[in-house]
Amino acid sequence: MKVSSAVLRARGLVKQHGHGQGRVRAVDEVDLEVPEGQTLAVMGPSGCGKSTLLHLLGGLERPSAGEVWLAGRRVDTLSERALARLRRRSVGFVFQAFHLMEELSAAENVELPALLAGFSRREARRRAGFLLEQVGLTGRARHLPSQLSGGQRQRVAIARALANEPLVILADEPTGNLDSTATLDVLRIFEELRAAGQTLVMVTHDERVAATADRLISMRDGMFVDDTRLAGDATGWLGGLIGLEG
Amino acid sequence: MQDAVLAMLAKEPSHGYHLRARLRQSLGLLGESMNPGQVYVTLARLERAGLVVCERADGLPDRPERKVYALTPAGQERVTAWLAEVSWPKPDLAEFHLKLIAAAAARLADPIELVAAQRRELLRRLAETQRAALAEPAGSRAVLLLEGIVLRLQADLRWLEACERAWSGAAGKTGDEGEPGGRDDDEAEGA
Repeated sequence: MKVSSAVLRARGLVKQHGHGQGRVRAVDEVDLEVPEGQTLAVMGPSGCGKSTLLHLLGGLERPSAGEVWLAGRRVDTLSERALARLRRRSVGFVFQAFHLMEELSAAENVELPALLAGFSRREARRRAGFLLEQVGLTGRARHLPSQLSGGQRQRVAIARALANEPLVILADEPTGNLDSTATLDVLRIFEELRAAGQTLVMVTHDERVAATADRLISMRDGMFVDDTRLAGDATGWLGGLIGLEG
Repeated sequence: MQDAVLAMLAKEPSHGYHLRARLRQSLGLLGESMNPGQVYVTLARLERAGLVVCERADGLPDRPERKVYALTPAGQERVTAWLAEVSWPKPDLAEFHLKLIAAAAARLADPIELVAAQRRELLRRLAETQRAALAEPAGSRAVLLLEGIVLRLQADLRWLEACERAWSGAAGKTGDEGEPGGRDDDEAEGA
């Protein structure tokens, strides 16, 4: 593993819902470091706190306790405004339900975050064209989301998440609403992002999506119970399958 | 392997090297690791068993890769029987299941830890298989084989989840978290 600084860091992270007896810790004292270029998958049963964790890391929710650092800067104490600016410039989100702007074309949906992050109109347009090509949707650039399939919409959403050249992409059940063919398209893109060194944190209950990551964390009841490296040395196991006996 | 080679000869008599190329194409990346001599060894065995004959040899007579093999009537029959046969590889889960029970009974190891270690290994295999599938060129038939391996690994992972749930329930965890009932054990298969 190459030596690199953590892009994303959390210390003693807690998110508590409710009070007194009905108090629930959705995220319970979590420490995390995500080095630059790492793709990390967080898995666990529904209700284990993985989505809440992602929201805390992306500054969509504020922790009850603990710290979140993005590129060496503490973010959980920022004002709403500063936080919104940081999200626009440094984070890309991919959601289960796509959340595209229905009245904008695919290309405009991708351009928008680039513009908000401070790219010029021309740069934003060029970037959108490039990214839509990356996700195989050049021919659909002028289509409205309603004219696209679920898989195509999610690919637009991934292109959009990349538009601001984010330090990190946060993906929440990115294949949760997709059939298996569309899931494969997303897998392929995630595999390319991994190879390209894009830092990415995803939460998922789909082992196939998780298997595209460099590292896998398992979560139960708000806590990490396992942390495994997936990428790296091939086990040679696949080759062994073809020992088709004489 | 013998049955597969025989069945491939049903299309037309072939050279060993041609059969080998067809096997490799069907298996994709998996076929890369195939021992080059394996097809010839298999053909020699089939010949001894009277299931194939060497029809002729092109060029140098004593080079096995120049021999053209064809099915004998007995070979034909065996191919037909093979195609009609319903067989499926056994999933060998009993051994792991017994390992968990023995480990727990003798307090040799924590079954939940054993499940976690197994899960890590299967996820690594899933990652490897999936990468191999993504690396296959478009239209490759081998993708279908890799897809089958992926689906089996997913099924095994689901079973490990069930094991984990069951064994966490059995151990009553550490008991200091005042959480009655444990996890959703009623939700048999998980999502």
